[in-house]
Amino acid sequence: MNLLFIPRLIAELAVYLATVVPDLLPIVLTLATPLALGALCGVLCERSGVVNIGIEGTMLTAAFMGYLTGFALHGSIGAAAAIAAGVVVAMLTGALLGLLHAWLCVTVRADQIIAGTILNVGALGLTAYFNRLIITPSGLGGAGVIPPIVFGLGPIALATLALVGLIHFLLFNSRWGLRTRAVGEHPKAADTVGIDVFRQRYQNVIAGCALAGLAGAYLTLESTGSFQNGMTGGRGFIALAAMIFGRWTPIGAFGGALLFGFFTALGVIVRVRPAGGELGDILAAIPSFWYAALPYLVTVVILAGVVGRAIPPAADGVPYEKEARA
Amino acid sequence: MSGARARLGSWWRLAQLPVLAIVLALVIAAAIIIVSSAFTGTGFFPLLPLFAYGALFAGAFASDIALNNTLVAAAPLMLGGLAIGLGFKAGLFNIGVAGQFLAGAFASAVVGAALAQQPVALAVTASLLAAGAAGAALAFIPGWLKAHTGAHEVVTTIMLNNATALLLAWAVTDLVRAPVFTFPRTGEIGNSALPVLLGRNLHLGVPLALITIFAVRWLLERTTLGFEIRTVGANPNAARYAGMPPLVIVPLTMALSGLLGGLAGGIQMLGVIGFYASGISASVGFDSIAVALLGRSDPIGILFAAILFGAFRAGAPLMQITTSVPIEIIDIIQALIILFLAANLIVRRVFRLRAPGLGIEGATTVTRTWGEQVRG
Repeated sequence: MNLLFIPRLIAELAVYLATVVPDLLPIVLTLATPLALGALCGVLCERSGVVNIGIEGTMLTAAFMGYLTGFALHGSIGAAAAIAAGVVVAMLTGALLGLLHAWLCVTVRADQIIAGTILNVGALGLTAYFNRLIITPSGLGGAGVIPPIVFGLGPIALATLALVGLIHFLLFNSRWGLRTRAVGEHPKAADTVGIDVFRQRYQNVIAGCALAGLAGAYLTLESTGSFQNGMTGGRGFIALAAMIFGRWTPIGAFGGALLFGFFTALGVIVRVRPAGGELGDILAAIPSFWYAALPYLVTVVILAGVVGRAIPPAADGVPYEKEARA
Repeated sequence: MSGARARLGSWWRLAQLPVLAIVLALVIAAAIIIVSSAFTGTGFFPLLPLFAYGALFAGAFASDIALNNTLVAAAPLMLGGLAIGLGFKAGLFNIGVAGQFLAGAFASAVVGAALAQQPVALAVTASLLAAGAAGAALAFIPGWLKAHTGAHEVVTTIMLNNATALLLAWAVTDLVRAPVFTFPRTGEIGNSALPVLLGRNLHLGVPLALITIFAVRWLLERTTLGFEIRTVGANPNAARYAGMPPLVIVPLTMALSGLLGGLAGGIQMLGVIGFYASGISASVGFDSIAVALLGRSDPIGILFAAILFGAFRAGAPLMQITTSVPIEIIDIIQALIILFLAANLIVRRVFRLRAPGLGIEGATTVTRTWGEQVRG
């Protein structure tokens, strides 16, 4: 058997991907949006020294609350206003859960992984509980989705692009950014020069979780227009991997989100725009379950390849004690 | 006399925080039930929690059948709780028990169907071994990655949970589907089914899980490996200087943890479900987290916590049918229990406890290794 077919197939794959870029790019961007927002949440929390594995649960609860708001209001105030209210409620839900997480991690000094687990387990339970009580028996739909503006991207997806740039700039060029990094790297030193470590961490976790809430709103109000139990499907954790991949910087994390978006989009694009020839036969023969599992496996591989060389903020995950002897 | 009282006192000192956390969680959940009672068809009804908890209790304990159901539901939780608790002892958080549960369930279903006509002893033993091996192999991957690359097991195990569920769905659709059925599933397990020992459904897995509780207790407290696992969890640097290589202990502990998670799937498959199809519940994986935390990663504590959550799972259907309070209230109660254990100062304040802190120390070191490479 001639082994030359492997480089030929790779070349064909590259040509194929280049030709489908116009179709691929919007799909990648829409898939990357919740991941990027989740990763921004991770960056905000961890840069200030708080590990947050509850992004998944925050997203899910906010997705539900946003959907529920649209569902409850669209009959009385119209779809557009109901969706707008839903987005606000989703962000507030995120902020509220951020407050809980910050309280557990900063004030109570509970284990931060356990605190995140509380958010994740609680979110699954609460959303499924009220879904079964309120939405499922009604048999009614929600308020629909926000229509796209350009390139198939809606306002939340576009806002995400802006937020990535803005937060990256602020993190490295503003007083808030300097304080955030100081508190995450060396809280004792930050405290000594008069930065309120607790307040800074509370602020960052609450703001970050509001963004995770926006990711939830994106899922139910801009992307699918419906709510299913557990619909975040691990996105909160992929977002964490994107954050680590991007070495705790917003733009890097966005790159990670695009990468995971790309591997998710692959399974879609080979169905929508099938490749020709031998390559097309191979791509079509790969079971859809494999495509679906691909982003999760890629996450593991990338995490394994990157993490050893990516250095988290020095005080990440370490609760600050004012009285502690350092 | 005073000796008995002292023993009771020391027992209470250990148990008071978990017990009071459960009480507080049930009170808050009752408030949620009252607030949401407007949607249950009864209209706003402040007494609904009493009826709901009453039905929950009746469904879990009020008859021989209910008691058997509780024990059958508790058995996989004992194994899953041990899986997570064992990880905690080494400073590892194996959230992958859900995936290892599925892998074990799948492996035992496939091997069980292949050996369906063989003698019971052979069929059951081989199927259970397959379950344990599958879980151990799946958990070894994040353990090895943690030790050698620093990839945190919380993220990698959850990613593997998702990938496992999808790849097993593919396998049952395309690889091992039994052709006589109208939907993708594995074949009948015949003689591989765990023998029923008592009543309608109390199967061999229940005593097996109980034995495993004491086996893990023995492993942790009486063997060199157990000592090494606990030392690595308590202080990896000290362990390294004492000649216990975390590079070996971490993957080994994950594999052992996965073995227990896989066995949980195995006894559930061979004792309750009977065939693998995509979408079988892996809720055991997440319930086990609460079980391990509530049991403070201690095998005996896990035994009691598993029976409690087994009772919740066994009683919840009756509660939903008779009072239309959704079974998901159990998940909410779980999250609340973990919350009150993690934030035990709430419990202390509410109940005015003055005893020194006995929180979830077994798990308080989990965050330490975030992004940090294990050195061996």
